[in-house]
Formats: sequence, structure tokens, C-alpha cells
Amino acid sequence: MRRQLEGSQAVAQTVARCRPQVVSAYPITPQTHIVEGISRLVRSGKLTGCEFVNVESEFAACSVAIGASAAGARTYTATASQGLLYMAEALFNASGLGLPIVMTVANRALGAPINIWNDHSDAMALRDCGWIQLYAADNQEAVDLHVQAYRIAEELSLPVMVCMDGFVLTHAFEPLEVPTQEQVDAFLPVFEPRQLLDPDEPMTIGAMVGPEAFTEVRYLAHAKHIHALDTITQTAEDFRERFGRASGGLLESHHTAEAETVVVALGSVLGTVVEVVDELREQGVSIGALAVKSYRPFPAQELSLALRAAKRVVVLERALAVGAGGIVSADVRNALWQHPIDVHTVIAGLGGRAITRKSLRTLLDSAAGGTLGELEFLDLRREIVERQLQPIEAGERPGPHAESILRELGAVRAEPV
Amino acid sequence: MFAVRIHGRGGQGVVTAAELLSLAAFTEGLEAQAFPSFGSERMGAPVVAFCRIDTEPIRLREPITEPDALVIQDPTLLHHVEVFGGLREDGCVLINSTRSIEQLGLSELTERHRPQRLASVPASELARTRLGRPIPNAALLGALAAQTGIVSLAALTSAINDRFTGATAQGNAAAATDGFLHIEEPAHA
Amino acid sequence: MSKQDGRFYQTGTFAVGGRLLQEDQRAVQSDPGRSNAITMGHRACQGCGEALGARYALDAALRATDGRLIAANATGCLEVFSTPFPESSWQLPWIHSLFANAPAVASGVAAALRAKGRENIRVVGQGGDGGTVDIGLACLSGMFERGDDVLYICYDNQGYMNTGVQRSAATPPAARTATTEPLGFHPGNSFGQGKSAPLIAMAHEIPYVATATVADLRDLEAKVTRAMGFHGPRYLHVLVPCPLGWGSATAETILIARLAKESGLFPVFEAVDGRITSVACIRRQVPVSEYLRRQKRFAHLFDGEGRPDVVERLQALAERNIERFALTAPAEAGEEHTDVDIGLLDPLAVSERGPA
Repeated sequence: MRRQLEGSQAVAQTVARCRPQVVSAYPITPQTHIVEGISRLVRSGKLTGCEFVNVESEFAACSVAIGASAAGARTYTATASQGLLYMAEALFNASGLGLPIVMTVANRALGAPINIWNDHSDAMALRDCGWIQLYAADNQEAVDLHVQAYRIAEELSLPVMVCMDGFVLTHAFEPLEVPTQEQVDAFLPVFEPRQLLDPDEPMTIGAMVGPEAFTEVRYLAHAKHIHALDTITQTAEDFRERFGRASGGLLESHHTAEAETVVVALGSVLGTVVEVVDELREQGVSIGALAVKSYRPFPAQELSLALRAAKRVVVLERALAVGAGGIVSADVRNALWQHPIDVHTVIAGLGGRAITRKSLRTLLDSAAGGTLGELEFLDLRREIVERQLQPIEAGERPGPHAESILRELGAVRAEPV
Repeated sequence: MFAVRIHGRGGQGVVTAAELLSLAAFTEGLEAQAFPSFGSERMGAPVVAFCRIDTEPIRLREPITEPDALVIQDPTLLHHVEVFGGLREDGCVLINSTRSIEQLGLSELTERHRPQRLASVPASELARTRLGRPIPNAALLGALAAQTGIVSLAALTSAINDRFTGATAQGNAAAATDGFLHIEEPAHA
Repeated sequence: MSKQDGRFYQTGTFAVGGRLLQEDQRAVQSDPGRSNAITMGHRACQGCGEALGARYALDAALRATDGRLIAANATGCLEVFSTPFPESSWQLPWIHSLFANAPAVASGVAAALRAKGRENIRVVGQGGDGGTVDIGLACLSGMFERGDDVLYICYDNQGYMNTGVQRSAATPPAARTATTEPLGFHPGNSFGQGKSAPLIAMAHEIPYVATATVADLRDLEAKVTRAMGFHGPRYLHVLVPCPLGWGSATAETILIARLAKESGLFPVFEAVDGRITSVACIRRQVPVSEYLRRQKRFAHLFDGEGRPDVVERLQALAERNIERFALTAPAEAGEEHTDVDIGLLDPLAVSERGPA
């Protein structure tokens, strides 16, 4: 039954139906509504058999999850932004230990300057921490991905991050279908850990591995991720059969096969992109869109197959590798190494800047017209950056840009009055 | 697609208003999407919330820049925030005030918009009477229902009862009805 | 095996492994067929206090729980020497995650056991002083504050020994480490308030806090056993001399631990619910120099003219401990006494005294 629900509440209810046994929680905007929702479900007795642990940091949130998962509990936590970075060390540890933790990341920018709004800097910064990273295009998919995430995680003994755009999805009210308890129970088998801390069968977990075998351990971690491509696909297919709707998987094509220009994107911007793509197609522009749902593992072969007929690819990125450029586009270029396809990087929607149809139209017009550069910034306020760059080009030593811009815009008083 | 933008201040139930409107539309069998212009949780800061209503599933995620209707929960914002930005020529405006549009110094608007599409509602007063607190959102949504017909008063009342319980639900439902009647039957209001 | 009442001083240690006792009175340690929590063959240095302390502590915990025990270990010497690739010395279910998170991992294990209705299995978290009083303190405090059912044991060797002897917040004043060179006017580690993890633990008013040394293994075992009788967060701080980092003779680990206690530099006590309930009294007080001289990390205090001023300050620290924890027995020397008010946790007492 569809209900009008906030994305966070729908995720909280869905996670509860996955019957987590330990949930560790630490507040950070814009993730907080999710763990608040789960806390209510535990306190009200609607979610039973679950220990809700209020921890003192995200580092502890992930660490509690590590301990709980190693002791055989189905485990959940959620975070965003600085919180994800604060648990960075534990993230690598959880994947290295092969613990099937599921975590929601309510994607948010990273500071400084501090910024609470949406972009993908957080999850992108931790893209190589060994977790599976799934990106939800809308709230229904965010809901569905959590159910799939547990199945994937527990089948592979790997932790899974479900990335959903902070605010844009977490705080949006929409008609959503929360899977019923019966549906989830039928889809998600009882958690049977592959290794377990148990006095009946004592085992050492987390021992040191030296140069003799460390390369092999990493190789096998990579092999497991590559294997996960199949698991993710099969899980999405099975989900579609049982739930009657498509969610998750590796990629989602929108008129990709016959398009000259294809926009590649992750997350909630897909909705707006598809709107613009459809408008342009009606005007006769040969254009399509490709959503990357699984970013780690990266479906390189599938992506290259989906894009083989394209002339150019515009990768719309909500994060920036400072000093290098695009992050996702680097993976896309790698995947397309055998194809003569132009790959353009467009950095958009950083720190909560809205990605509008109007801007996308202009962007895609110039892409279709062949005038798009290799690296572009959507809606960049050139007057601001140029005023900052001029003195530097004139030989002045650069200082901190955030403060300099704020001073110029008058938000921070430079001189005492 | 019908797009509503709601302006107010933190603590006035701006986000709740957008959510209630979306819930009312959902109750009517429509597709609806509500979301806030996101910020830190602070009382008194200017807040904007959005609601899209359509017969088709809504894929758009951009903020509403060209609203079909504007709800202004706090008239002090008129002078500080560009609340009328992007308002369509045939768009509706509702302002929470005991004063008329002319008294608010908005005669300029009446030249561009049909007078029946511009209205002020003493929503804080209606809420104070019905709820005991000057939370104007329900009365304004009632007025919006009357002014635009985008949702029915019954759907709005149902949304309020879904969201609240007890005296809060009753008070808000009564305030919504008052707001509705203020537009629908101005003579009696 | 219950705690023995008698004490044996003849061999230079309080614990003699039961060799001098009648067979039926001997400690389990003297049984050659006994299996330990940590098996032999691990890679600890000769004379390692931590290996000894951890084995006795975990053996006692295993006995107290009838073998229903899981351990979460911080990164550090204990973790490294006990799990050299591809071997493990651990006879109980054991997990190592990170340096800073052992208390939180232990909390997670305890939460999982609660959720699965397996509360009969108990949890121990453990680490060195770096992993406990420095990098792991936030996780430790969080575990205490939430009331998680975990016994956390800190094996304190007063520095980062695994990385090559650097200063930690538990390094005593004047001690030489690789990051506190014995140069200049104030040689070695600086004087300050330090960071007393046991007192910090007591400030959380957790059910049980105790300190111990490897000089009195029976006392250590008794405290672990007592700790396992409580539920909720418990903290045990064990002084474990490190011959490598302290520059002491490998045969003198127990002796040095005993001198730490007998000089007053390391107070041995128990606290229940935030109040000290018993103190191991100094049997025969020794000057701190007797403890310091045996360690190269303090050699700069005695070379040439030496630094009698610094030694005097260390002696003053010992005297302060003796007074504060009432370490000299009122009645018979060598006996424990109880109900010591160290004036820490009674705000009324403080206000009545007024400003000094």
C-alpha cells in the first residue's frame, strides 16, 4: 500500500522490517530522521529483538556495528558527511573483516567551509573503503535498496552502503510503498554469519597478515567485488519478480542504446535529468541517460556495453576530486578505454546548489552542439571566482578562499566597525 | 503540475504545511511531493517549503522557482526575502495578515494579478482562537484549498487528522475550516 | 580455585604459583596440563608483563564465566605478539578491529549477545595504555556511560611500546621515551597531572573499578573474578612492566611491578560504584629511587651528579598517593583496608573543606 511518507521515515520502517538486531546511532544532519524513526520503533515495541545503542561518535557507531556483526547480529547504522569521514578507519576495517553491515549514507558535502547540504563528496571520498556502494535515484529506490542491501551483504559477507541524497530525498514527502513484513521475510533469509565469535567454537578474527599473503587478501577482496556485480544483478531481478517493481541493479538505461549523447549520473538528480532528456528527445535531439546504481563495485563492462553506440558522454558529478577533476568520469573513461567516445565531466550541485532543468537544458544543448569542455562546472558564478583569481594571477599569494569570498559578499565583516 | 511555495519562519510549521498539503493531495488520489528548503534547525529563521501536485508521478527534484501558488506565513518576510520571485501571472498569493493586500502595500501586485487570486487571511488569529497558539499553517492551507481548489477541505481535514491527534488535530482542523470559509464566504468571515 | 588468604614473601613475589603449598591448595597455574587463554609460543618479549597479566586476567575471566567469554582487543603489543601470521595464541573467541575502538567493539558484541538472548556469554575488552587512555578514551567513556556489560582491562606499560617506546598519557613524569628525550633542564617526560584512567573510570560511577599489578597475580585474579560478578561496565587497570621500554632486566618484571606499588607510585585499590572500597596497603615502603634505579628510562636521574631534585619530586608524587589513597595501613602492615575517601566524588566534602 502506498503511503505519503518522508523518505527518512520510509527507510526507517523498511530497515525495521529487515529485523536488525543491533542498531548504533549517532546524530548528524541530514541522516538523523532515520535513526530517530528506528528509535521510535524500538521504544514503542514495534521493532523487537533489537538493541538500539546510542554511541558517542560515528567512529563508535561503526565500531559497535563491527562488534555486533562479528557476534552474529544483523546490524545497521546511518551517517552522513563528516560522520562518514569520522568512521573512515572503521569502514575499511569492517570490509576487511567481511562483516555484512548495512549503512545508510544521507549524502552531504564535506567542509571546510562547513556545509550541511547535499552533494556526493562524503561517499565519493570513501568510495574505495571496500564497501559496496549503491545509489538511490529516488525514495522508493532508497527503500527497496535497503532490503536488497541486506541480502547482498549477507550473501557475500561484505558491508553495503546505501547512498541517498541528503535533504533532497531524506526530507522529501512522497507516495511510497514500504515493503510489508511478510514480503521482507520472504525475500530476506535469516542471517547466518559465515564466521562468528562464539565460545562453542572459538576463533580469532582480525589477526595480522604479513607480506606473505596481504596481496592475496586484497586480490580476493577485489574478486569478491567483481563477483558482487552478479549478486547485485540477481538480487535486483529477484526483487522485481517478488515486489513487481524495478529497483537497484547495476545501471539503468533511459534511451541509451540509440543516443548520440548520454548523460551519466548517480542519485536523485536522475529524475530531473530524465525530464530534460525527454524534452530534448521530443525536439529531436539524440540523447539518453544512464543511471549508475552500483558505484562500488563499478560495472565497467556493463557500462561500456550500454554506452558503445554513444558519441559523447556527459558525466554529471556531485563531487569534485580537487586537483584532478571528475571522480565518476575517471571510472567511466577507464571503462570506455576501447571506445572512441568523448567523456565530459560536469561538476554540479555541490553543497546543495540546485540542479535545475534550465541549467541542464543549456548544458545539454552545448554538449549536443559539441561545444562542451572536458571539465565544466554547472552554474558556476564566474564573477565570484574571477574576482578571487585576478589578484592571484597578478602574483598575490593566495589565502583561504572561503573566508575571502564571504568577506567580499559581506557575510563576514572584515574590519571592526 | 501544480506547484506551491510556502514562506515562513522556523517554528511556524512551514515544512509541516507543505507535508500536509502533499498528504491531502495524496488522499485525493493525486501524486504529490513536499520538501523543505533545507537548513539548520533554528527558530525564527526564514524557511521555504515546496509542494508539487500532479496526476502523474513526479520525477523533478529542483526547487520550485515558478510557483502556481504562494503562501506567506509571516508578513514580515515581505520586506526581507524575495517571496514573489517567479510567481506565475495567473498565480495565487495568500498572506497571513489581518491587513488587506492594499494595506500591506502590495497594490502593485493587484495590477498584475486578478484580485480574487490575491488574499490575506488572519491565520495567526484564527489559529490562536482555535488552537491557543498562533501557528498559522492549517488556516492558510484551508484558505489555499478554497482559493485554488487543488485539494478539498475534506482531504485537508483528513490529512490533519492523519498527522495530529486529540485537541491539536481538532484545533488545526477547525482553523483550516475557518481559513477555508474566510475565502469561500468572505461575508461571514 | 579460590583466593588464598596467606601471602608469601619469601621468593620476592606475592604469588608463588602454589609451589610452596600443599597439592590441594595449589593454584591452577601450577597444573602443567592446564590450558591458558593465551597459549605459549606467542611472540612477546622476554619478561613481558603484558603477556603475563593478560594470561592471568583472561584465565581468571574464563574460569569465572565457565568459558563463556569473548574478547575484543585493541591494536598494540598484545594483539601483535599474540596473532603473528598465520598463527593465533588465543584459545577464546577473540576479535581485533582497530587501535581506538576496542571498547566500542566490545559494546557491539555485548549488544549482539543481548539481542540474541545469549547474555550468559560475557565480554572483555582489552588494550594497552595508549589504546585505552589516549586514542581509545572516547570509546571507553562511551562504553562506561551507556552501562554496557563489558569488563575492560587496560594493561598499562606506560608508553607506546609496540611502535618503539613513545610517550603516552600514562607515561610517568621524568621517564625517558623516544619522544621525551632526557635532555635539558626538565629531562624526560614532563611533570603534570597525567591521566589516571582508573579515576576517570570512577568518575563514571560504574559498578567496579580496580587496579592491580603483575606482582600480585592472585590479587589480579581475584579482581577479575570479582569484576565478573558484576554486570555493567567494569574497568581494571593492570600495571605491566615492559623490559624493552623501561630498560629493565627481564628477570625483574615482577620485582619492578612490586616496587611500583611498594613505593606508592602505583596505588592498588578497588572501587565500587565510584567509591574506593579497599586499598592494597604498602607492606614495607621503599623510596622511589629503589624503583627508578632499576630502569634505564630513569637512568638520567642518577648519572653523574644525577637529578636529586627530580627524584624528590617523584618521591613527593608517591607520598601524595600514599596520603590520598591511605596506602600505609592503620593497623597491620600488608593487610587491605576499606572505605577510603579520596575526596574525589563527594561534592559535599569538597564544599565543606572550602578552598585550600
